[in-house]
Amino acid sequence: MFAQRLSSPSIFRALPALLVMVIVLPLLAGCGYNTIPTAEENAKAAWSEVLNQYQRRADLIPNLVETVKGYAAHEKDTLDAVVEARAKATQVTVTPETVKDPEAFKKFQDSQAGLTSALSRLLAVVENYPDLKANQNFLALQAQLEGTENRIAVARRDYIQAVRDYNLTLRTFPSVLWATLWFRSNEPFANFTVAEDKLRTPKVDFGTKQGG
Amino acid sequence: MTGHVITPPKPDRLATTISAALIAMALLLVSFTAVAADLPALTGRVVDDAGIIDAGTRAALTQKLADFEKKGSDQIVVATINSLDGEEIEPYANRLFRAWKLGQGGEDNGVLLLVAKNDRKMRIEVGYGLEGTLTDLHTKLIIENDMVPAFRAGDFSGGISKAVDDMVMVLEGNPEELEARGARNPPDTISIDPIVALFVILWVTLFLGGLAMAFLPPVFGTKLSPGVYKWLGMTFSYSHGSRSWSRGGSWTSGSSSGSGWSSGSSGSSWSSGSSGGGFSGGGGSSGGGGSSGSW
Repeated sequence: MFAQRLSSPSIFRALPALLVMVIVLPLLAGCGYNTIPTAEENAKAAWSEVLNQYQRRADLIPNLVETVKGYAAHEKDTLDAVVEARAKATQVTVTPETVKDPEAFKKFQDSQAGLTSALSRLLAVVENYPDLKANQNFLALQAQLEGTENRIAVARRDYIQAVRDYNLTLRTFPSVLWATLWFRSNEPFANFTVAEDKLRTPKVDFGTKQGG
Repeated sequence: MTGHVITPPKPDRLATTISAALIAMALLLVSFTAVAADLPALTGRVVDDAGIIDAGTRAALTQKLADFEKKGSDQIVVATINSLDGEEIEPYANRLFRAWKLGQGGEDNGVLLLVAKNDRKMRIEVGYGLEGTLTDLHTKLIIENDMVPAFRAGDFSGGISKAVDDMVMVLEGNPEELEARGARNPPDTISIDPIVALFVILWVTLFLGGLAMAFLPPVFGTKLSPGVYKWLGMTFSYSHGSRSWSRGGSWTSGSSSGSGWSSGSSGSSWSSGSSGGGFSGGGGSSGGGGSSGSW
């Protein structure tokens, strides 16, 4: 008797709860429950694109070095510097955790910045070799390298924007409520900073060091 | 005495805080409008803000680019500006490309040819989807061989139209891919079948109209007597206790007024939406492909 009485109203008792769930769950999404995961995935995707473009640059370098060697073999120091910087940059292991660890992130950024400056020195040296500059293979490599540098710049800009959006969701109202309630393990991502040597005013050098 | 001395600065500090906040907000607004005003409007396939392309060339280019889009849905746009205002051409071109959303959405098959007259720089920015066909080297060669010599001779129209010809040639060099792109992105805007539209409108009216007539009069209408409401010049009667829609009289009154209501919001606005006249970007994006040059 008691069980019978309990079983049939229990459906009715569950009905409001079910209704509440049907109505509340979409509201939950509307209230910004999805904000943090969405922003996090966007930032991760932007990070993948950054890695992709840096990898593309690293892939271009062996070819470039070989081509330059054929014309300017005695620029050994500059060439070695590029090879070394590339090795250093590719040795830095990048895991999904890298973006959450400011130190690992800085290591990655520094290694890539080292490669950037070594490459720009090489391309400056190349200006002294008209034969090399006329080489079709070199022209192709140079165009690709320039394009890749620009893609890196775009990818970095997108990443900076995506990370800013994501970090903001973790710190600003109302999404900070979700961050404290549900997404406690979410950490802000590290972002790119301008390298110190870029902040310094460029030194004017009239080539007294080159000498010949 | 000391208290008297300390109190006056308080509102003063408040005032400075408020004014600082106001100034910050004003600066923010200014910076936003500056960024927004920076980019020219997409008025057509050839946006000649620097005024360096002659009218005949512009018309020919517009026609050529429109024909080319019909073939493979690729959107090529030529833009000239007076000055970059100190910005590098690469980020500017990327910003402009993304603002104009050149290329079809998902396909990203747009190309932007940008010339900055006073900076003496040009750039061909290629959308993600065309990076494999119109490579960085192609764009570099087009800039160095077509545009730079012509621009140095002062022939902007000739250089630009030659560059467009060569870009089209490169993109047509892969005819199967071009046709496949065109097939995936039919040129016509989505046209709504009138029968489908009528069907949808009928059902939406039946459902929403019935629902609205059941709920809205008691809320917004004036109460005449228990269960009888006057709203929008119509009288609605509901059975008092159960407020069910099953009572024939109330339901029919709801649906008859609903049909009158639907005529106001019906097809005319829909059909006007589908006729797109001017040129606009298809929703594509660019990741910085292409190359730059200067003359």
